[in-house]
Amino acid sequence: MAKSKFEPTGAIELEARNLSVLYDSTPAVKSISIRIPDRRVVAFIGPSGCGKSTLLRCFNRMNDLVPGARVEGEALFQGTNLYGPEVDPVDVRRRIGMVFQKPNPFPKSIYDNVAFGPRINGFNGNMDELVEQSLRKAALWDEVKDRLNASALALSGGQQQRLCIARALAVEPEVLLMDEPASALDPIATQKIEDLIYQLKQDYTVVIVTHNMQQAARVSDYTAFLYMGELVEYGETNRLFTNPVEERTEAYITGRFG
Amino acid sequence: MSMPERSEERPPERPHPAVQRDASRFAPRLRQRARFGTLFHGATFAATVVGVVVLVVLLYDVITDGVRHLSWDFLKGFPSRLPARAGILPALVGSVWTLVLTAVIAFPLGVGTAIWLEEYAPASRWKKIVETNISNLAGVPSIVYGILGLAVFVRYMVMGRSILAAAMTLALLILPVIIIASQEAIRAVPGSIRLGAYALGATRWEAIRYHVFPLALPGILTGTILALSRAVGEAAPLIVVGALAFVPFVPTGPLDQFTVLPIQIFNWINEAKVEFHYLAAAAILVLLAVLLTMNAAAILLRNRYSRRF
Repeated sequence: MAKSKFEPTGAIELEARNLSVLYDSTPAVKSISIRIPDRRVVAFIGPSGCGKSTLLRCFNRMNDLVPGARVEGEALFQGTNLYGPEVDPVDVRRRIGMVFQKPNPFPKSIYDNVAFGPRINGFNGNMDELVEQSLRKAALWDEVKDRLNASALALSGGQQQRLCIARALAVEPEVLLMDEPASALDPIATQKIEDLIYQLKQDYTVVIVTHNMQQAARVSDYTAFLYMGELVEYGETNRLFTNPVEERTEAYITGRFG
Repeated sequence: MSMPERSEERPPERPHPAVQRDASRFAPRLRQRARFGTLFHGATFAATVVGVVVLVVLLYDVITDGVRHLSWDFLKGFPSRLPARAGILPALVGSVWTLVLTAVIAFPLGVGTAIWLEEYAPASRWKKIVETNISNLAGVPSIVYGILGLAVFVRYMVMGRSILAAAMTLALLILPVIIIASQEAIRAVPGSIRLGAYALGATRWEAIRYHVFPLALPGILTGTILALSRAVGEAAPLIVVGALAFVPFVPTGPLDQFTVLPIQIFNWINEAKVEFHYLAAAAILVLLAVLLTMNAAAILLRNRYSRRF
């Protein structure tokens, strides 16, 4: 990987060190090292199958749930190896939340979708307040405040996705992983999610996987370009898009392949 | 025919098509295909009619024979050699006892097995072998379960010819059906729901308890009810286990001796006097009523839990 002075400095929230992921001995991520700064937005871009989603899922141990997946190397969260023997993946996932490509609200009320996480995590404060705060943070409160007991499935796709973000925020994570959060949404809903990501980085570290390079350029502070399981280039988003060091990066961002 | 035929000559004002279409390469035979569709439609309807007609004829036959003999005395009476005094109370109570015990034993075992197989068991050859064997067990004739029950529960575990032994035998009999139905129901819960729960820091138990199981419950209940309906109509395995032919008392506990409705019906039909045959018809009506009540209860239960959003 091209080392550059544009790499993030300061407090590092997440870090991968020689991280590899194998699915039944087929490598999906090949010895990647990357540092993700605190309260910034980092985008992973690259063509389908380049390993960006797999890398993302290492940071909250969702790969544990994939049969046949094996992780080698280290993934550090605030300096602690997430794959260390004493680390409980359930605890990891509360502190490192995740939003999926397709909105996946539970088939329950809007309120219960947000309250589920706090409930299982033994939240003992004012639940109504927490639900409201979470929905406000996800910019959904005004649209749903009069129908909190209505079905989450009655919401539009964009609203459902913001509900999933609210639900993730309700357990008070420090990091939010987003796996193509807007790829199933229309342009207006996409813009709302992007505005939201911009707001969220004041309080959270956000890592977003996206197919959409304009989106990466709009929302992220740093961008990592992955190709065939390798990290090709990583650096400040502006610099990477205007002045890429690697030839493959330039080829990809100018649309010559992918 | 509503669509105009494709003409070889195109109107001159339309531009020449980029792709030359050659209508002679197609022989749509629309009428023939439509006729086949109608035929198939009729065949599916006929299949339905056959089933319904047979059912109606059977019901009509049983009702005309049996309905005159239905009375409180019949329901409250004990078996007798005199048809006019004979009743089915012991068999009815015996059936209800067996049914409830069977459900209590089979439901947790069956659903537990299904949850383990679907949610916990790692994909392995061993798991496949277990699943294949469960499917095979569903096809074993019920009399074989009766022999097993006689050997294991009645003799080896010294339960005697009791309701408990019968219920455990029937539980074994319906266990495969409950497991398979529950597995199907659990498998139908979308994986994204599980991921959603895990991503919020839920444990596997919490994901199952709050999301997978409630969503699968209606399907699980449907399977359980079908299985229990089968159990309540079984006579063969219970004869082997040792249900009595003549029970002049009402069973009061799981270790009492007993008989059940299908055996009572079987015995009456074997009697020489024709009056007993009418009593058998009446008992069949009672058995049907028990079944219907059970199904209704299950539907109510299911509707309560399947409040889907």
